[in-house]
Amino acid sequence: MSEVAFDGVTKRFGEVTAVDQLTLDIADGEFMVLLGPSGCGKTTALRMIAGLETVTEGTLRIGDRVVNDVEAKDRDIAMVFQSYALYPHMTVARNIESPLVARRFHVDADAPPRKLTAAERSERVDQAARSLGLTDLMGRKPAALSGGQRQRVALARAIVARPSAFLMDEPLSNLDAKLRAQTRIELVELHERLATTFVYVTHDQVEAMTMADRIAVLNEGRLQQVGPPQAVYERPHNLFVARFIGSPPMNTVPGTVVRTDTGVAVQLGGQRIDLDPVAHEPLADGTEVVIGVRPEHLAVDPDGQVKAQVRAVEWLGHERLVVCDLAEHHITVRQSSGAEPVAPGDVLALTADPAHVHLFDPNTTERLN
Amino acid sequence: MSRRTRDALVGYALLVPSAVIFVWFFFYPLVRLFVMGLHQQNRTGTAERYVGWSRFGDVLTGEQFTEGLRISATYVLYTVPLGLVLGVLLAVAANRRLKGIKVFQTIFSSTIASSVAVASVVFFVLLNPQIGYFSSVKFFSLSDPDTALRGVALSSVWQNLGLTFVIVLAGLQAIPDEVDEAATLDGYGPVRRFFRVTLPLISPTLMFLAVVLVIFALQAFAQADILTQGGPVGATETLVFKIFRSQQPIDQGTGSIMALGLFGITLLVSLAQFLLLERRVHYGN
Ligand SMILES: Nc1ncnc2c1ncn2[C@@H]1O[C@H](COP(=O)(O)OP(=O)(O)OP(=O)(O)O)[C@@H](O)[C@H]1O
Ligand SMILES: [Mg+2]
Repeated sequence: MSEVAFDGVTKRFGEVTAVDQLTLDIADGEFMVLLGPSGCGKTTALRMIAGLETVTEGTLRIGDRVVNDVEAKDRDIAMVFQSYALYPHMTVARNIESPLVARRFHVDADAPPRKLTAAERSERVDQAARSLGLTDLMGRKPAALSGGQRQRVALARAIVARPSAFLMDEPLSNLDAKLRAQTRIELVELHERLATTFVYVTHDQVEAMTMADRIAVLNEGRLQQVGPPQAVYERPHNLFVARFIGSPPMNTVPGTVVRTDTGVAVQLGGQRIDLDPVAHEPLADGTEVVIGVRPEHLAVDPDGQVKAQVRAVEWLGHERLVVCDLAEHHITVRQSSGAEPVAPGDVLALTADPAHVHLFDPNTTERLN
Repeated sequence: MSRRTRDALVGYALLVPSAVIFVWFFFYPLVRLFVMGLHQQNRTGTAERYVGWSRFGDVLTGEQFTEGLRISATYVLYTVPLGLVLGVLLAVAANRRLKGIKVFQTIFSSTIASSVAVASVVFFVLLNPQIGYFSSVKFFSLSDPDTALRGVALSSVWQNLGLTFVIVLAGLQAIPDEVDEAATLDGYGPVRRFFRVTLPLISPTLMFLAVVLVIFALQAFAQADILTQGGPVGATETLVFKIFRSQQPIDQGTGSIMALGLFGITLLVSLAQFLLLERRVHYGN
């Protein structure tokens, strides 16, 4: 059990900066998800914690030890690779046992760490295998296992040595949708049971939202925002996070702030959206903004100020997505499938929930409200 | 004519050239060896008569064959383990991502491009008792019957090293990086990683190489011919050397039977390879 702390960590591969000035504290026992699009540096950040990549600049701590120069084999860390990286020539039992073979462990109180005896090893292996339902597969080789079973073996191999932190690089990406949903729940339970730091890399926001204590959103090597899933969803710090998190993504339309005697509004082409006057106090008249509203915070309302023409309707069973044209942009409205039917060509009057209107600076892309 | 028949005919037609070569240069000579082994020439070599299998036992247990076999077996022991170990060492050393590593990989594999004759001439210059740079090294001196075979073996090891290196390197590069990294995170240092992960994963490659090198060693002739002409006092007369020596116009049978004996031994080694490879684990996901 250890905290992991990046302090101004940069990783360069020649010309490419994979991770740029990352400062991130991962608390002891936390389930931290590194989320971002392909190539944003998630894997590189994870591999630096593991010691499989060196740190170009900055310091990386695990527990109270700076590990920049500590070899991977001495870091007391377990990693589940995307490919699982099982040893093809070893049985499941020997794969799981592998992290116990070379290391020394604190077994006896007050005595220095020592290697485990064969009996102690096999007891720990059995325990790990039992907790992941692998007991019947112990004699098989990885080639004779299904994808889900291999993934479990990789997990068992990770937990058997009770390391101070677990690193996982997209461990669910090779599983089918059903197994993935089931494994997500099991991973959360595993995390609760082990009460150890998890650092989990994914580009799948559903995994991030459902499992994380906190999410760190990365883009092009830079940290965009860190916070609990709900906070990241409800108050995205910039346009990238706003558009990356949420499915379908947040509607974002450029506009201009107008202040009148009665309040504050945003002018979009020929239309206006009223804003909550208090929350948007500091915005001067004429400020260029990008307004963001999530599809579920738009509603059809006869009194709505905004008129938009329906382009398409996507029916998803439990809900439907109505795609409309507004000021030369497409916006999406999420409706329950019980709502009054709409058809392409209809003109809808829409209201935006003023408590859930996000404003961003079009130049810096930072949040304004 | 149906599509199937036509496809089959085209297939057979394409096989004809290699079938002709196989029959002409391999199968026919093999049959001829049996025929020659079953006949005996008269003193002038102008006529022969059928003597049956009677000579096979005598020749295959005779002094010539057993002595040649002993020397060839020793030669296998000198060349194969050393060649494998050196090949693995070089390949492991060269299997890393470093600037300029390709230069070393090219140098280490370069002996592939040299022939036995070239290798032998190089070692002739190095080991020759009169002019060689290493003529004073007793351990593989060509002038001592007890050590001459080692000198010949050395040239063979050197010549095969390029092939061994390339094949082992290919085997090493087939190991996924992540498997190696997983071993590092499991707390293994380089030595343990090599013995617990790398070596088992390249063992099918090493098995294949071992068989190839054994066959090469059993067929060794030119090295000995160029470096020592079989001497001193026959100490480097390998089995193929003995076969070559015994082949005369008035006695074609003895050499033929010895050649068949060598063929049988090689066949057994190859069979052993197949059986062991059958048992080998099937990797890959
Ligand atoms: N060994 C390397 N050599 C050179 N460039 C690298 C290396 N590893 C990663 N990169 C580069 O660093 C950047 C970040 O890569 P990284 O693998 O961390 O991305 P990622 O966020 O894990 O993406 P993905 O979701 O596709 O796995 C990419 O531009 C990648 O091309
Ligand atoms: Mg990655």
